[in-house]
This record gives sequence, structure tokens and C-alpha cells, in this order.
Amino acid sequence: MAMREDSRAAAAVDATPVSPGREIIYRHSLTVRITHWINVICFALLLMSGLAIFNYHPALYWGNYGYSGVPAFIVIGSTVDLQTRRVVGITRIGDVSFETTGVLGVSSDANGRPTRRAFPSWLTVPSGPGLALARDWHFLMAWLLMFNGLIYLLFGLFSGHFRHDLAPTAEQMRPRHVLLDIWNHLRLRRPRGDADRHYNVLQKFAYLAVVLVLLPVMVLSGLTMSPAVTAALPFLFDLFGGRQSARTIHFLTANLLVLFALVHVAQVLVAGALNQMRAMITGRYVVRPERAS
Amino acid sequence: MSLVSRRALLHGAAMAGGSALLGGCNNVSSTPPLRAALDFGQLLSLKLHRLLLAGQPLVREYAADQISPDFPPNGTEMPAGMPYFEMMVSQFARWRLTVEGQVEHPLSLSLDEIKAMPARTQVTQHNCDEGWTAIGQWTGVPLGDVLRLAALKPQARYIVFHCLDEMVRTPDRSGFYYESIDLFDAFHPQTILAYGMNGGALPVKHGAPLRLRVERQVGYKHAKFVHRIEAVERLDRIGGGKGGFWEDRGYQWYAGL
Repeated sequence: MAMREDSRAAAAVDATPVSPGREIIYRHSLTVRITHWINVICFALLLMSGLAIFNYHPALYWGNYGYSGVPAFIVIGSTVDLQTRRVVGITRIGDVSFETTGVLGVSSDANGRPTRRAFPSWLTVPSGPGLALARDWHFLMAWLLMFNGLIYLLFGLFSGHFRHDLAPTAEQMRPRHVLLDIWNHLRLRRPRGDADRHYNVLQKFAYLAVVLVLLPVMVLSGLTMSPAVTAALPFLFDLFGGRQSARTIHFLTANLLVLFALVHVAQVLVAGALNQMRAMITGRYVVRPERAS
Repeated sequence: MSLVSRRALLHGAAMAGGSALLGGCNNVSSTPPLRAALDFGQLLSLKLHRLLLAGQPLVREYAADQISPDFPPNGTEMPAGMPYFEMMVSQFARWRLTVEGQVEHPLSLSLDEIKAMPARTQVTQHNCDEGWTAIGQWTGVPLGDVLRLAALKPQARYIVFHCLDEMVRTPDRSGFYYESIDLFDAFHPQTILAYGMNGGALPVKHGAPLRLRVERQVGYKHAKFVHRIEAVERLDRIGGGKGGFWEDRGYQWYAGL
């Protein structure tokens, strides 16, 4: 968190001494905490309604056009196994096909019967049919994400949050430091003391990638699927290489965000779920002390 | 696939949700506050789009060699029943387009009369709301020209397209496809009543003899088999009152996405 805020908050908190060596800092500002949790809601609902929309045409193309009959490089479908007469889910990426029965292509419906659908009903909003409803959810959440994101970006720029907390320091950017940080991550070794007062460099890279690259790509590639928006902003076609390319990039980038979210949650668990969750709810974070020397 | 999945929606109503959370989402979305929130999201999109499109820019047009090799039909591929069949066999010689409602001069135009009007040809993308895209060349008369000929009355706010394909058979014959747009889209230069596709006559599966092209919105707004155009002040007294066959079944009236 911001050094500036650290000192301010730390002064307030230090007045009530805790056990020796236990230092509490004010890690997340109110704006960061609120926008974070709104983002969690947006992300979950955008993902699930997006998968519901995807289910209506579960194939991805490249270029200006794409429809059943045009070579697709990712397809989630189903086929009947002629020997067992069983319906099997098939996910194809390029020339490689996987059987994904149970999750992708074929999954159980509410009554437990195998149903042909790309993503399973427990991953989609709405869980049953309803393309228009899925789109309503998707766009309402997209609007919320936009407003939330704008508030966060403005706050980040003007409060110093980006400069102090997210921009890697010169020291952190040294290759030796980055390699060491990767090594520490691989060993699941958590930072202590001073190093635990701010984000580590991989963490900063990940957050910056999400905030400055992945989310803007999601928003812009999403807008490229709108015939109205692209009438006003046709350069979006050139940016993504066509409407179907934009749809594919939208899907793949969503996958990267899911990957980020999974790693993010795993890291929270590794780093101490209670302390991390408290920090994102109350702002207060207990710094892991240096090993006694 | 489009039709099958939407028919499932039509008959199936909302299936029971899988998990509690999702069941929750399905159920809450029909509660008034959440429905209002979802509608508010739609309104925001419409307002933003109208702001972005205030200068009425054209959608991107493509070269003839960028036309997609195939073009999947949306919705009805051929209206059922003898009347349409006979029209089709006679190459729509007795078919007429009527323009009525809030207009000073109601029209009844034959296909030849429509083809005699100044035409516009455009190669554009067709975007199904399910996610696929095709590119086709369309030739037709700008809707604005037809409406100017009929002279809209000042109170006219929406243009309704009545179609020859009956989607659901009901005793009162109210199940025909219909669609509507407002004047902002109706007078856009690329909003045309198309009778030609990819250099030939408009094929039956794409809505012969006449279909709407409203290029800044998705597929289901592009009414096929149009035979009657009605200028109206409000939409709530037509069909189910939401402005279109799919709109009456929960689809967004404004579908610029």
C-alpha cells in the first residue's frame, strides 16, 4: 500500500500496540476495497452470462466473418459415440480434440440428465435457456464494471495509488530481483518484514497487466461486437482484425482473467486467507515479521 | 440452431436453475427491481449509442470479394402455407407492399414499382445475436425514400414491419413475425428494404421478396418477408406490445448491442 498512507495509518494504529513484532498497516484504501468487491461481483456475473451467450454459438473464428461451416479453431460440441451410443462432449482446439463429457459439450441438466451444451448450466447465467436475459445481465454488469473501473482509474492516477503501490520500483525491476521473486513464488515463500509492506514485483506485474491490458482489451473487444458502436468507431475492427477476431480475443482474454482470478485466490490462501481478506475488507493488514535474528 | 434454441425458450419457459446461486439469478431477474435494473442497462446502451451515432455515420462496407462464401439464414427459411407458395411460384407478381398508419399518403407498391425507385447497394456484415457473422451484398430501396413518399404524419415515431411468416399458429392469427425501429434508424442511409442479395434476387430463405436491412442492429431486427409497413405513434397496441415477435418474448427492442 502507499507509503504515504502507511505512515499516516501506521501512526494511528501504532498507538495501540499489539504483540511485539506484530505490525499492522493500513494496506487498502476504502476506494480500492469497494471497487475491488464490486469488481468481484461484475467479474463473476460477466463471466457466467458471457458463457451463457457463448453457448448459443460455441465456436470461435478469425477475421471479419464466421458461422457454422467456416473453419473454427476452437469448438465446443458433442457427438454420439457409435460403439457405446453415448453422447460425448468434444472440445477441439486447432487440430487437437479432447473428450470433455461432463463439463464441456455435454453436461448434466437440473434433473441430472446429460444435455448437449457447451458450458455446463452451473457455470452460466441464466442456467437454463435465455440468450436475451444473459445479454441483459452481461451489459448491466459491463456498465457497472465501466463506472467502477473509471472511479478506480481516476483514484489510482490522482491518489498516487498507481505510482506508490503498483509501479515497480527501480530496485524491483532489476533482473536479479525479478528472478529472485519468481524463485520465491515457486517455493511459495512469503515475504517478511519490509518486503511484506508492499506488493512484490510479480504481484505488481499481474495487477498492472489486469488493470492496464486485460480489462481494457475486454472492454474494447466487447464493444467491437456491437454493430452500433463499430459504426461510430470503425477503427475497432482494425484494432482487433475484424468482428469475429474480436469475439475470439474477448473469449481468450476472459480465459486469462479467469486464470488470474484462480492464481489470485490461490495466492490469498497461501499468503494467509484471514489476514488478506481482513485487509481487503477493513484495510488493516498484519505485516509478517522478520525472522527473529 | 437459432430457431431451435429460441423455440425451446418459447415453450420451455424458465427451466429450474441448477445450483442455488444460478436458480437465484434466474428468479431474481424477473423480480421488478432487478428487471428495472436490467432495463436501465439497456437504456444506458441506447443512450450511449445514440450519442455516438448522432452524426449518422455509415457502418463499414466491404468489397465484393469480401462477401462470405455462405450466409446462414436467420429465422424462418420459408413461410408455410399456400398463399406464400403461390406468390413465390408467380415470382411475387401479385405481391404488394402496403405502407399505412400515420402517413399522409398510404401506399401500395408492386415489386417492380419498388425496383424502379433509386436503389442502394451495400456489402455489410450481418451479426446474429448468437455470435456469428456473415457478409452479404444487399440491393434495395432506402426505407427513408419510401417513408418520404408516404409522408409521415408528425405523430409517427416508430416504423413497424409486418411479415408473411407465421412463427406460432394461434386462433387469432397473431403469431406472425413483426419488428419495429424508430425514426433514427428508419432514415439512416443504409437502412434499406432489400430485394436483391449478392447480385441476384433475394432468395426465399433470406426473406423474398423484401426484407429489412437495419445495419446498426443485430439479425432479428432485420425483418424478412415484409409485406406491410405501418407508421405508428406507439408500440404497445401492436402484437404483444413490445415492438416485435422476439421482443414480446423477452428480447431487447434496441439491439445495437
